[in-house]
Amino acid sequence: MKTFTLGGVHPPENKFSQNAPIRELPLPETVTIPISQHLGVPATPVVKKGDTVKTGQLIAKGEGFISANIHSSVSGTVQKVDEVIDTSGYRKKAIIIKVEGDEWEDDIDQSTDLIKDCALTPEEIIKRVNEKGIVGLGGATFPSYVKLMIPKGKKAEYLIINGVECEPYLTADHRLMMEKAEEILVGISIQMKALNVSKAIIGIENNKPDAIEHLRKLLPGYPGISVEPLKVKYPQGGEKQLIKALINREVPSGKLPIEVGCVVHNVGTSYAVYQAVQKNRPLLNRVVTVTGKSLKSPSNFMVRIGTPISQLIEEAGGLPEDTGKVVNGGPMMGKALSNLEAPVTKGTSGVLIFSSQETSRKTMLSCIRCGRCASICPMGLEPYLLAVLSDKKRDEDCEAERIMDCMECGSCLYICPSGRPLLDHIRIGKGAVGKLIRSRSH
Amino acid sequence: MNEITLLSVISLGALGTIAAVILYMVAQKFKVIEDPRIDIVADKLPGANCGGCGYAGCRALAEEIVRKESLDGMSCPPGGNDVMKDIAAVLGLEATEQDPTIAVVRCNGSHENSPPKVRYEGAMTCAFAHSLFAGTGGCPQGCLGCGDCVVSCDFDAIYMDEQTGLPVVKDNCVSCGACVKACPRNIIEIRKRGKKDRRIFVSCINKEKGGVSRKNCKVACIGCGKCVKECNFEAIVFENNLAYIDYNKCTLCRKCPPVCPTGAIHELNFPPRKPRPETKTEPAQA
Repeated sequence: MKTFTLGGVHPPENKFSQNAPIRELPLPETVTIPISQHLGVPATPVVKKGDTVKTGQLIAKGEGFISANIHSSVSGTVQKVDEVIDTSGYRKKAIIIKVEGDEWEDDIDQSTDLIKDCALTPEEIIKRVNEKGIVGLGGATFPSYVKLMIPKGKKAEYLIINGVECEPYLTADHRLMMEKAEEILVGISIQMKALNVSKAIIGIENNKPDAIEHLRKLLPGYPGISVEPLKVKYPQGGEKQLIKALINREVPSGKLPIEVGCVVHNVGTSYAVYQAVQKNRPLLNRVVTVTGKSLKSPSNFMVRIGTPISQLIEEAGGLPEDTGKVVNGGPMMGKALSNLEAPVTKGTSGVLIFSSQETSRKTMLSCIRCGRCASICPMGLEPYLLAVLSDKKRDEDCEAERIMDCMECGSCLYICPSGRPLLDHIRIGKGAVGKLIRSRSH
Repeated sequence: MNEITLLSVISLGALGTIAAVILYMVAQKFKVIEDPRIDIVADKLPGANCGGCGYAGCRALAEEIVRKESLDGMSCPPGGNDVMKDIAAVLGLEATEQDPTIAVVRCNGSHENSPPKVRYEGAMTCAFAHSLFAGTGGCPQGCLGCGDCVVSCDFDAIYMDEQTGLPVVKDNCVSCGACVKACPRNIIEIRKRGKKDRRIFVSCINKEKGGVSRKNCKVACIGCGKCVKECNFEAIVFENNLAYIDYNKCTLCRKCPPVCPTGAIHELNFPPRKPRPETKTEPAQA
């Protein structure tokens, strides 16, 4: 069975919610929709206080090349356009809408019938994906239409679909593949058409045998698509790792997957593309896993964007008393929340609850030069060295040691026997080197 | 002595002599003539290489002084006026008297005033904490308490108060500005030391609206503007919900601290208020 070669770790999987069907979460009383839910330039609000909006109506327009439109996920009245506290405690601009009923825009097809044929041209597909505000739902929230436009002089050979879900605990993509398999496959066909490629590979780790089997059963109706089971290893869901695992090509340092003829999309994104192109439906909701050892009923919810995270936890059995930490995302790459009233955004793949015993970090000891961080780094970096260089503010040396290749997967932090906050220091270094590189181009 | 030894001594000796001659000639040819006054000035400077003057180190400042032949705008924060006078005497120049300065921490969000809502366990550096979250107390502009300023200080002039979780500047601060650069939130400011070390300043830099900042911190500047009205010298600038006292205009009259409803204006090293009771403050206390 295939996997990537360099590094990798095996954290306990703890997929408690893998058999919990996706439930539609009841509508909240108000939604808070941040105007920056994607990588790139924040969108500009086009509604103001007092406006009535319908579900699916455009409320903020993406400006610039890398940006995304934002649509109202509910119908109701705009209460205010103001700064609200986000997941990190900082204030970010958001549109707050009071929910009144659930009236949709007329041109959205709300039925669940499967539409297989797509008559649109590649340009029209890309335009639609852009209009409907689709971003990568794997977590990085990169605007999808940018990925579908192949730069001049490059040619895509493969469309790679990420159904790996290598983060422990999370099961959102798994459930989506089980319940919306046909829609995902149609979405993949649409993306193949837009990219003009004949081959698509769905990579799925073999801890999800039911999903592999289910998709394989449906494959005959979709030419060009294949399903490839992969050995379980974190971080296989990283673009570069997945490409290496599936087609054994290495993306050069600092380059994009298109360099080796690949475009990588998530299964969740494929589903969203299907909804946008076939049903004319913008990105209004997403699957969020709410899980944790201490949680009463770990679940997968279909959540409207902007729903407060506290409501998700309430729906999954309430916040356990001994909760020490609530993480936005998975245990490896997620960030701890400092405000539970923060809303679900396009990038929220999971909400993870840790009890106070599970959460605390190990006490930091001296580096014992065991080299484990270097041996498991999936990018072939030397985290211990980068952490020291960053701490000493030797930014040029950090750059020479390829600090910008770090994708912040957290494997080094996980493996370090001395409990050193390697990734924290590397993140500071990345920030400093990023500044250095930008200052050079000016 | 056999022949080989003799030969090697002679040949190596000759080689050495030729090399010496070449080296001497090259040294003469490429001789760097340096103003001897640079060494003299550099000797007068404290040699801390703190960078507080704005130059790369003490020698860099000495070179600049000698090159410009003037002391305009030059200062040595650790050495103070004495050092500059010394240098002026050596070079026959005139030193401009400069008011001594000190670093001031403009945040009073201690554990008590701004109770922690969350616990932070990441790397203990402000730079990272700042990029990660707003702070344990919830104030997005307040002190994070990880001590980047303490680490940056070369003079052991700033320490972390365990009780409050805030940095405290000691009297031996030379105002080199290293902590100002280290603080990711620009909380620390270099201000005039003031007569007898007396200072009045707004100990808050939060620019949020009053209600919002007050929710996170009991002693935040809420932007009410009372101090601006009280000041007779137009020393208080009010901008973005935040008052700022201009230390060049402030006469240390002590009128503004009592009117601040949250106690965000601090006065340091003043005698207790009793001896000169203003008639205004008496009824307020009663």
